[in-house]
Amino acid sequence: MMETFWYCAVTLMLAVYAVLDGFDFGLGIVYPFVAKTDTERRIALAAIGPVWNGNEVWLIAAGGLLFFAFPKAYAAGFSGFYLALIIVLWLLIARGLALELRSHLNHTLWRQFWDVTFAGASMLLAVVFGAALGNLIRGMPLSQDGYFFVALWTNFMTGPDPGILDWFTILMGVTSVSVLAFHGANYLAMKTEGQLRGQACRAARLAGAAAAALAGLTLIAVLFVQPSFRLNYAAHPIGYVFPLIGLVALMAALGLRRRDRDAGAFYATSLLILTMLAGAAWGSYPNILIATNDPANSLTVTNATAGAYGMHVGLWWFLIGFGLIIAYQVCAHRAFWGKVQL
Amino acid sequence: MPSALLYDRLQFAFTSTFHYLFPQLTMGLALLLLYLRSRALATGDEQYHQASRFWTKIFALSFAFGVVTGIPLEFQFGTNWAKFSNFAGGVIGQVLAMEGMFAFFLESSFLGILLFGEKRFSQRVQWFAALMLFLGSWISGYFILATNAWMQHPVAYSVAPDGRLFVDSLSGLLTNPWLFWQYTHNMTAAVVTASFVMAALGAFYLLSGQHTAQARIFIRTGVVAGAIATVLMGFPTGHGNARQVFEHQPIKGAAFEGLFKTERGVGLLLIGQPNIETMTIDNPLIIPDALSVVVYDELYAEVKGLDAFPRSDWPDNLPLLYYSYHVMVGLGTILVSVMGLALLWLWRGRLFTANWLLWLLMLSVPFPYIATTAGWMTAEIGRQPWLVYGLLRTADGASPLVHSGNALFTLLGFLGIYSVLGLLFLFLVAQTIRHGPSGHPVPSEHA
Repeated sequence: MMETFWYCAVTLMLAVYAVLDGFDFGLGIVYPFVAKTDTERRIALAAIGPVWNGNEVWLIAAGGLLFFAFPKAYAAGFSGFYLALIIVLWLLIARGLALELRSHLNHTLWRQFWDVTFAGASMLLAVVFGAALGNLIRGMPLSQDGYFFVALWTNFMTGPDPGILDWFTILMGVTSVSVLAFHGANYLAMKTEGQLRGQACRAARLAGAAAAALAGLTLIAVLFVQPSFRLNYAAHPIGYVFPLIGLVALMAALGLRRRDRDAGAFYATSLLILTMLAGAAWGSYPNILIATNDPANSLTVTNATAGAYGMHVGLWWFLIGFGLIIAYQVCAHRAFWGKVQL
Repeated sequence: MPSALLYDRLQFAFTSTFHYLFPQLTMGLALLLLYLRSRALATGDEQYHQASRFWTKIFALSFAFGVVTGIPLEFQFGTNWAKFSNFAGGVIGQVLAMEGMFAFFLESSFLGILLFGEKRFSQRVQWFAALMLFLGSWISGYFILATNAWMQHPVAYSVAPDGRLFVDSLSGLLTNPWLFWQYTHNMTAAVVTASFVMAALGAFYLLSGQHTAQARIFIRTGVVAGAIATVLMGFPTGHGNARQVFEHQPIKGAAFEGLFKTERGVGLLLIGQPNIETMTIDNPLIIPDALSVVVYDELYAEVKGLDAFPRSDWPDNLPLLYYSYHVMVGLGTILVSVMGLALLWLWRGRLFTANWLLWLLMLSVPFPYIATTAGWMTAEIGRQPWLVYGLLRTADGASPLVHSGNALFTLLGFLGIYSVLGLLFLFLVAQTIRHGPSGHPVPSEHA
């Protein structure tokens, strides 16, 4: 019971992270194509300037919560995906610095350098995060004592000796780029006016079409790569609400986009991302890390847990903390509501 | 030592040492900034407003570098120290998760308001944001030190059948007796760093004849805060720390002092080079009986030397530990003297014209950084060979399947990236200093 609560809590934190940092990643992906002049770029960056750091904290908090609730899964997962995670760290460093430092010097080369860094790191991180989700869905060969190690790539197949990158996880990565680009472009359109907004709308429509096609392809691939998901959904059909709502959200996002309803489209892509992650978590439960070699080696909410007392006492501070977080985050986002002013 | 373990250790040592150069400034500066903003709000004095805005810029720079170098630390618990995370996650996961929930959101939300809200919000709202920023950074320090205190002095845990540890009292974990002196000592050190930075920059401006009105505020604030904080570093916080080390980690204490043999009436070693082969100190300079008095309040008290303990439990780099400790204490003494002198001259109204003392303040700025780094090296090298004191050896904590080729690859990567980061930071701080505090009411343009 407690284990399930914490599984949901970690999923929720990650899903909120994906929605919030997702829009600033997405903005980074479309940034070089949409914002051409220095003024446009400054406006685009000002749209996320005060909030991106807070958005990223959801990742740190979700990681901390995973460590707290399922230390065994945290240990196995983080050491098993060693290189990918360290590369994520380096990209997060580069991206964070780009956002913080670009404005410090008024020199064309300085700004061009950080522009490329910001866009490139945003794009690569979107790929890696999508691929990471793909790895969790596909599973990995886990030893009996619960550790594994996968290389960055092997033969790009999902077979018994997979790498972090294979055809399936790359597909997930590309899907993630398109969905986040759609999401981020909607956000940028919502926050800007005039020509910049027009360019953001065009980018959003393009990314939206790609996202729709790729999301469909990914859904089919998931059923093919991880049969246990199908079983989970068949056993608990109520879970179909997630993909169904996801489908509705995607349709709504495309429809609202066509009618240039920026805010509506943005909320629809937010819902789409939430349901995609919730749907994956539903399919995986009770597994956190799925063993492809022997299902008995999988790390689940029960065998990776941190003990009954800790989980109970954690409930108290988590509920208080979560309330506070919502309050700060609402404050921070409300403070910068509306169109960007430089 | 298997080479993967060596690289894992070097990587954590390097990334955490580098990271802590930034938070020690931001945590201390958060307090001084709150003071400047309070003064500005109370008096409406434009000088204090300008000073607040200027130090907010420096704060934001240091904070940004602290954030980007901080994320790798939480990740590395899992990536490089998987067996430790599995073993102890049921305890320290609790405090690390609380840090994220209670401190990081607070800091990031209100820093955004402080940096981007110059035009949008009233002075009162900005003051409130500064207060929240101070609280957030000091709460963050509390939780991360609760983690370290537990690794130094494990409490409030029970052992599960599979050998993993689970917390059995959250209040016990948060009120670990070790934590009290460690937290007060560490946070005071952060104030020392920030005071020296503020006073040194004031001295620089005054000596070069720029922004002189601001410079006086910087010096006055830095010197008063620094004088108080440097005294508190030694007594009671440093003293309290040393006593609990001798009580609970006597091997570490013996290594601090280069005390190879158990003796009565032990002297305090000021300078000397430890020789591990002969187990003696070369060129010693000793105050007779002083160590016995400092630790046990008794002239002829017996102090246990390293010979009282099995060699397998000795810290694995005795000379480095010994030097770290002595550098910390030695620099601490210098810092308190510099601030003491400066305070005296300030009180007599002569500091602003005493060029030699301004030079001294300006050139002292690296020392609190070195002292703090040496202090942390003392704590952490002294904890060896344990990762969790008495419970888990460092050699048993690393990730089992991350081989040395991978660990060295990422270590080299961090070395390269952080070198660039260090240069960037210095360049941008120099840039901000050159711009100076007076003039533009709005931080140049934050977009």
